[in-house]
Amino acid sequence: MVREWIFANGKSVGEIREEFPILQNKLNLSGNNSPVDLVYLDTAATAQKPFQVIEAGDRYYREQNSNVHRALHTLGEEATAVYENSRQKVASFINAENSHEIVFTRNTTESINLLASSLGSIFGPGDEVLLTEMEHHSNLVPWQLLSQRTGCKLKFIPINSDGELELDEIDNLLTEKTALVGVVHISNIFGTINNIKHIIDKAHSFDVPVLIDGAQSTPHMAIDVQELDCDFFAFSSHKLYGPMGMGVLYGKEKYLDKMPPYMGGGDMIRSVKLTGSTWNDLPWKFEAGTPNVGGAAGLGAALDYISKLGFEYISDYENMLSEYAGSLLSENNKIKLYGPVGHRAGVFSFTHKDIHPHDMAQFLDSFGIAVRAGHHCAQPAMRKLKVSSMTRASLSFYNTRSEIEFLAEKIIAAGEYFNNGIR
Amino acid sequence: MAFDDLYQEIILDHAKNPRNKENLDFISEDEVHENPTCGDSIKLAVDFFDDGKLERVRFDGDGCAISTSSASMMTEIVEGKSKEEVLKMIKSFILIMRNEIESSLEDWGDLIALEGVIKYPLRVKCATLPWHALKDALM
Repeated sequence: MVREWIFANGKSVGEIREEFPILQNKLNLSGNNSPVDLVYLDTAATAQKPFQVIEAGDRYYREQNSNVHRALHTLGEEATAVYENSRQKVASFINAENSHEIVFTRNTTESINLLASSLGSIFGPGDEVLLTEMEHHSNLVPWQLLSQRTGCKLKFIPINSDGELELDEIDNLLTEKTALVGVVHISNIFGTINNIKHIIDKAHSFDVPVLIDGAQSTPHMAIDVQELDCDFFAFSSHKLYGPMGMGVLYGKEKYLDKMPPYMGGGDMIRSVKLTGSTWNDLPWKFEAGTPNVGGAAGLGAALDYISKLGFEYISDYENMLSEYAGSLLSENNKIKLYGPVGHRAGVFSFTHKDIHPHDMAQFLDSFGIAVRAGHHCAQPAMRKLKVSSMTRASLSFYNTRSEIEFLAEKIIAAGEYFNNGIR
Repeated sequence: MAFDDLYQEIILDHAKNPRNKENLDFISEDEVHENPTCGDSIKLAVDFFDDGKLERVRFDGDGCAISTSSASMMTEIVEGKSKEEVLKMIKSFILIMRNEIESSLEDWGDLIALEGVIKYPLRVKCATLPWHALKDALM
């Protein structure tokens, strides 16, 4: 008998599932008369939202909507409070020292673009940005654009065939020319949890600031930016059970203070003359124009929700599911699993010897199972492993052991359906 | 059910035993056509008769059952046709797949099996990838 998992808020997985409206829906598959249950295993792409998050956004637009930071009326005050309270919640969620070190953006990608444009504007041909071969395109392409603009060079910490960073290489790659190190915290393909503390300490011995891409780590583990001592930390609301269109860039005050604005417009200025302007205080200097206040309300509710579940419970449960999936599939000699065995956080990627990942994903979809197939926005890492695409199942606390069993059963059934070998 | 319409026997046959698929390492990687959404890739070698008609099209690459079978069937149907004829076919095929014209693949031999793809908009790019590659090779 498998014990029932209870999270820190006293709720079982079944009770948690009931809080996610989309998980209650039936899926209408094309050409199929009887709707099927959704088995959502694509949380690493975007997480489903609990009703608390949906209602917080709804309530904002029904009862609190007004523009922030300027209206003197009651609603204006309320909207500003909603927005700034969410900033406080984000600050305590990642244990930032000050809430003005939290800049709201649209998503992780925009956070990184902000940093590349602003901090990167002082980089030149003699400077180097040290990244890794594991990066998502969002922590690669902004730096390629910067390199084209400023002539700075990009260097990469290599990965090995298990999807782990070759950390010994850092001593050769980090030099007095390094201007910034940017590393993904958890790989979106392999689920590898990188030893970022080690990288941060090494970089700081050269006085080099470090950016952590936390898009995949924030949903799975508690983050303490002060303990990590990272200089920048970027993540998205939508992968964290919050609404789409909200992102965060944490930056240490000492850097944000010196960085020039990213976009110009309303709210980011102190005083504007025709010939020039002065900038608002942190963090508003980086938040031009009317922000996504409804999104901030939803993000705040999402952080409350996750905090109540407790990260120790979330990681234990998700690791159990991931190991269970591995145990059901690792015996099958047609299936190759990627990523460090026993240390994958929330995702497992695989290929089937006889079936292309697209065909696999399409087959699984015909049973209501949602997985991702493709290059996962990390083409350099895929090329290094000599695979053009993989199928990825990603896990959440709302997934169940029986969903994992269903997935494994259908992966094996796909082999039979395609008559033991398409390719 | 629709899923079986997508993976018809003919498609599975062409995917398992693709016609005119050969190692084309002699063609540079710069000439590879990629599907940006999935990373699938294809390259083509086109041989012409003296009168300008297509003698043979060979392909190489890594793709799903839909794109591989589409490439295989394409290489068969264009054989012996003139460049103009083939360019016209490419245009029609892409429009039919995108469901932008009221026409069918009835007279297209095995390719009729790809009509099931029309119901799966996300897979249309898989079916059309080889055809875009051929268009570029002929232009």
